[in-house]
Amino acid sequence: MQPLLYDNTLDTLFMVWWSTFYAVLFGIPAGVLLHLTDRGALLQNVVVNKVLGAIVNIGRSFPFLILIVVLIPFTRLVVGVSIGPTGAVVPLAIAAIPFFARLVEAALREVDHGLVEAAQAMGGGTWTIIFKVLLPQALPALVAAVTTTVITLIGYSAIAGAVGGGGLGNLAYTYGYQQYETSLMITTVVELIVLVTLVQLLGDLIVRRLAGRGTRPSSPVRVGLRRARTEEPAAVTEAA
Amino acid sequence: MPRAGGDPAVHSTVTEFPVITTTGLTKVYRSGDRDVTALDGVDLHVREGEVYGVIGQSGAGKSTLIRCLNLLERPTSGTVTVAGQELTSIAGRGKRAGAQLRAARSHIGMVFQHFNLLSSRTVQDNVELPLEILKVDRRERSRKALELLDLVGLADKATAYPAQLSGGQKQRVGIARALAGDPKVLLSDEATSALDPETTRSILTLLRDLNRQLGLTIVLITHEMDVVKTICDSAALMKNGRVVEQGTVAELLATPGSELARELFPVGGEPSADDRTVVDITFHGSAATRPVISELARTYNVDISILGAAMDTVGGKQIGRMRIELPGRFEENVVPIGFLREQGLQVDVAAVAAVADVADAAPAVPAPAAAPLQKEGAK
Repeated sequence: MQPLLYDNTLDTLFMVWWSTFYAVLFGIPAGVLLHLTDRGALLQNVVVNKVLGAIVNIGRSFPFLILIVVLIPFTRLVVGVSIGPTGAVVPLAIAAIPFFARLVEAALREVDHGLVEAAQAMGGGTWTIIFKVLLPQALPALVAAVTTTVITLIGYSAIAGAVGGGGLGNLAYTYGYQQYETSLMITTVVELIVLVTLVQLLGDLIVRRLAGRGTRPSSPVRVGLRRARTEEPAAVTEAA
Repeated sequence: MPRAGGDPAVHSTVTEFPVITTTGLTKVYRSGDRDVTALDGVDLHVREGEVYGVIGQSGAGKSTLIRCLNLLERPTSGTVTVAGQELTSIAGRGKRAGAQLRAARSHIGMVFQHFNLLSSRTVQDNVELPLEILKVDRRERSRKALELLDLVGLADKATAYPAQLSGGQKQRVGIARALAGDPKVLLSDEATSALDPETTRSILTLLRDLNRQLGLTIVLITHEMDVVKTICDSAALMKNGRVVEQGTVAELLATPGSELARELFPVGGEPSADDRTVVDITFHGSAATRPVISELARTYNVDISILGAAMDTVGGKQIGRMRIELPGRFEENVVPIGFLREQGLQVDVAAVAAVADVADAAPAVPAPAAAPLQKEGAK
């Protein structure tokens, strides 16, 4: 039973890690593009904005279970398999990209337009504005968005698990639910709760440190991050 | 604020070379189905090395004007020329600025009312941002940023974050940042409006010093007359998108019926009875120091009441305005008024009927009866 729990935890972490990775990789450019092509923005482009917005909305409105099924051929094309943790990463990432893109867009919208204007007045171009103003200024909000995305993906990965994706969801469903191993099911659920809580705490900690720049001496930021990072593996071993 | 050295002519950096010129600058915003004209044919002439103030109430279009000078706001029509380069011809289309315009902008500094510093960067890194845009190498950036921070008196705050600074310190960082591209021109968009009076003074002193030391031309917009009084060589008054008055402060003060002059030196006070003549006198130059009023009283044996008065130093010169009341109607006071004009004073007969609130209600053109007599008093 213990190795079973351990393996499935690793599977869940594998799925969440890689789908978050792709969500960030594609979600940030998509969010930036959504923001910049909006009306009155720097690269105002109604067509691009509407098309991208529509794709994002369609992606977000799919029930995740349906999305997994619909994406089976695509998943097979990309990673060669459609089941197991590897197969689950594709639909998880596809679901997370538009979700994260909207969060990025919202985060960028909160950046004071005066800062963009200041950069323009200095002669800064679009890239300068993206990489030196928008993204650094939105960093705390972006970290909060990643936190939310990771937590959402933990939940989604459990659904993926139930339909053959492996991981804790699979464990809870096949052993806990179908074989009436209530204690195992409870253990799994508790582990998911712990996981979600830890991610949220870690995310909040980083956001606070980033947003608090300047309100306290700057060195504790890094100390805080380092301390925070060591918390994560510790939590996993403890749960396992 | 008295300026170092007293006589501005000695230290003035002003030349006759026009560094900013706009012609027929017009900006129309489309708001829903109607057009809002923010700028209506503005012709601005800023000479090299001067501090030029644009004053007006909010909504007068001054903010749009200053943002048109570096094309943050694209004018609907008209031209903008800065340091010999016509920006409107290199603007390109759309909101994106082309390489040429960006290069031009990097040599026009701008400071903002709300400072617009990046909270994610330290003070030094904020000052380095324009240098990063100019692709200056790391060492040179750091050297220059520290030099500029030293210039604005914040050498010890290089590693602080903006959140740790006071408003005045933030604006100093904003000024240091604006100077990073070695600009010929500094645009100041209400730079002191978010600051308390004392901090405002120190920032204005800094701007004045920079103007003197670097020969930097400064265009500032403000709604505070004090700012104009303190540091401006020239000023323009904006109303409803138009420049209604512009010129050097001395010229404006010497212009009869000048609204700017009246607002720079508001003299209130209402006549005590109907059959009184109210006269506004502007003193400048040597006349400011002569006992004209007592001479007037002695010579013509008239009782003079002083309704209001203001004295100040503008551009290093003693300037004063006084509102006095003479008994009797205007017709009875032609001679004493003539005497005042002879003394080299600028005399405006106030429209008695309209004195209820001089600042707001006084007509731009003096009362019809007095108008033919309006003449420039200073000889």
